[in-house]
Amino acid sequence: MAGSRNTGWGARLVVLVPYVWLAAFFLVPFLIVLKISLSQTTIAQPPYTPVFDPAAGWEGLKAFLSALSPENYTFIASDWLYLGSYLKSLEIAAISTLLLLLIGFPLAYGVARAPRRWQPALFMLVVLPFWTSFLIRIYAWINILQREGLLNQVLLALRIVDEPPPAWLSTDTAVYIGIVYSYLPFMVLPIYATLERMDESLIEAAADLGCPWWKAFWLVRLPLALPGVIAGALLCFIPIVGEFVIPDLLGGSQTTMIGQTLWTEFFANRDWPVASAVAVVLLCLLVVPIVVYQHLQTRDLARSGH
Amino acid sequence: MGNGGAETKNEVNSQRARRAFAPWADHAARVLVRFDGVSKRFAGLAAVEGVSLDIYEGEFFALLGPSGCGKTTLLRMLAGFETPNEGRIQLDGQDIAAVPPYRRPVNMMFQSYALFPHLTVEGNVAFGLKQERLPRAEIAARVHDMLALVRLEGFGKRKPDALSGGQRQRVALARSLVKRPRVLLLDEPLAALDKKLREETQFELMHLQETLGLTFIIVTHDQQEAMTVADRIGVMDQGRLVQVATPPEIYEQPNSRWIADFIGDVNLLEGRVVDTGHAGTVVASADAGPLRATRAPDAKPGDAVAVALRPEKIRIARERPAAAGENCVAGTVWDIGYLGDLSIYKVRLDSGFVMKAAVANLTRLIERQIGWDDRVWLTWAPEAAMVLTR
Repeated sequence: MAGSRNTGWGARLVVLVPYVWLAAFFLVPFLIVLKISLSQTTIAQPPYTPVFDPAAGWEGLKAFLSALSPENYTFIASDWLYLGSYLKSLEIAAISTLLLLLIGFPLAYGVARAPRRWQPALFMLVVLPFWTSFLIRIYAWINILQREGLLNQVLLALRIVDEPPPAWLSTDTAVYIGIVYSYLPFMVLPIYATLERMDESLIEAAADLGCPWWKAFWLVRLPLALPGVIAGALLCFIPIVGEFVIPDLLGGSQTTMIGQTLWTEFFANRDWPVASAVAVVLLCLLVVPIVVYQHLQTRDLARSGH
Repeated sequence: MGNGGAETKNEVNSQRARRAFAPWADHAARVLVRFDGVSKRFAGLAAVEGVSLDIYEGEFFALLGPSGCGKTTLLRMLAGFETPNEGRIQLDGQDIAAVPPYRRPVNMMFQSYALFPHLTVEGNVAFGLKQERLPRAEIAARVHDMLALVRLEGFGKRKPDALSGGQRQRVALARSLVKRPRVLLLDEPLAALDKKLREETQFELMHLQETLGLTFIIVTHDQQEAMTVADRIGVMDQGRLVQVATPPEIYEQPNSRWIADFIGDVNLLEGRVVDTGHAGTVVASADAGPLRATRAPDAKPGDAVAVALRPEKIRIARERPAAAGENCVAGTVWDIGYLGDLSIYKVRLDSGFVMKAAVANLTRLIERQIGWDDRVWLTWAPEAAMVLTR
C-alpha cells in the first residue's frame, strides 16, 4: 500500500512540472506586464511608477494598489492609432491565413498523395527553408522585390509589365508575400499529418456509395482533415497578428501592424506602461480563437461518447 | 436472434430452397456477373491472371484463397477501384469497363469497414441514399428499416468509435445493403471478429442473403467460412482460379493436390497407377503398398498420382479388422491430439510415412482405448480415397 501511495505522489509531481514551468515562465511574466500596464510612465529607473516596495509594509501595499489605474487602456481605446493597427493586424492575419490555406492545403494533399518513397524528400523540401535564418530569408525577399530586383527583371523579360516596373517593396503585397512564404510550413505540416494518416478506403467507400471524387473530397476528406486545418490556421493566425519583422522590413509606412506600434511605444517612446497595455489587449484578443477552438474540440469529444 | 419455432421452420424451408438452388447447372439461368479472361498486373507482377467466371443471380459466391492470391483484386475490379489490364467484366450483360465506381450498381463492405468517423451510425447508413437525392422521409424510413434488420435500433445517433467491433461490422453491412445493390461485395467481412461472433455472423449473413434475395460475393481466406456461407466457392492460387464448385464438391472432389491440401486436412499418398477399371483405381504407393481408390477417368496405368484421404474417413483399431475389399495398413501411434469433439491420431506406418486419422469422441473419454506407441490398423473404404492426377 505504501508503495502505491509513493507512486501516487511521484505521478503528481510529474504532472506538477509543466504547471510550475507555465507559472514561472508564463504566468509570472504576464502578471508583471499586467502590473506595468496599470502604471504611469516616469523618467526614472525603472521608467514607470508606482514601484512596489516590500519594506513599506501594509500601508505601502495599500498606497501601491491605489496608485494603479486603467488609464492606459482608456487611452488606447480613445486613440485611433492603436485601434487602427489592431484592425490592420487582424485584417492582414486573416487574409494571410486564408491565402496560406489556399496554398497550403493542396501542397499538403500533394505530399500526402505522392508515392511513399518520395514523401520523405517532399516533406524535407517543405521544412528545408527552416535551415536558413529567418532574417536572411526576409532580406533575400527585399532583394527580390525591390524595383531593380529579380521579380521585376523576370516580369520585364516575360513582357508581363512595362517600363517603369511597379514597386513591390514597401507595399501590402510585399507583406503578404513575406508572411505567406514564412508561415507556409506551419500550415502544411499539421494538414499533412491529418491527410497522411487518413484511411484511403474511406474515400473508396464514398465512391462506392455514389460520390464522384470531388464530392468524396468535400463530404469525407475535408471534414476529416478539419482538425489539421484548424490547427494550421491557429498556428499561423496567432503569430501573424503579432508579427513585427516582416511588416517592418517589407511593408511601407502606411502598413502599421500592432507589433510595430508596440515596438515604437517601447523603444522609441520609452512608454513601458502603454506598450504593456497594448500587449495585454493583444493577448486578450488572441485568447478568444483559442478558447473557441478548445470548446469545439471538447464538444466533439463529448459527442462521440467519450 | 430469437429462436422461435417459426424461425426454425423458415430455416428448414430456406434450406430446402437452397438445396434446389443450382443455376450453374441450368443453361437457361441468367448470368449476373461475368469475368471474361480478366488479368491485372501491378508493376509487372500478375495479381490476377486470365480469370473467367460466371456468377448467377441470387448466388452466394465465395472467393477463397491464401493471402496475396488475387481474390481481393478481382473483387476491387468489379467494384471499379482497379481496371483490368486484359479481359472484360460484364454486369447484367453490359460491359462495365467505362462505368466509374460511383455509378456501378454494386456496393462493397470493406475489410476495415471504412465507416465515416465524423458521421453518426444513421449518417453512415444514409450516406449512399443521400447521393441518390431521395426524399428525406424515404431516406429516414430506409435507414430505420436497415438498422432494424441488422439489429442496431437505438444506436443511430452514436458515432462509430462508440460502438463495439461487432456493431461496427453490422453498420458497415447496413450501409452497403441500404442501396439495394445488384451485387454485394464483401471483402473479408468477418476477419476482425473473434471466433464465436464470426461463426454466428456467418449464419446471419446467410439469412440476410436469403431474405433479401441479393447476390453476394464474399472474399475470404477462411475455408470454413467459405464452406459455411457459400453456394459455390472459387478457389484462387497465385492469381488463377483453380477450381469452382460447391462446398461438398470442393471437399470431396478437389481437382488437384494443392486444393485437397488447402481445403481441410488430408493425407496425400504418392504412387503410380497400376490398374484402372469400373471397380476403381489401384495405385501402388511406396508409403502404404497397393491402395484401392475411386474411379479416376483421366488416370492411365503408369501415371504418377496422389491418393488423397481425409483423416475423418479413416477408422483406427487395435485388431486387424476382417473387412474384405477395404484398404488396410498397419502402423504405430506416434502422437495423439485431443480436440474435444475429435481426437487426431498420427500413425507412423512401417514405411515411415505419418498418416492422420480423426476419430469422433462419441462417448466421454474416461480411458483411452488406443494410446501412444500402440500397434494399430488403419482401414478405409476405396470410395473414401480420391485419385489426384495434378
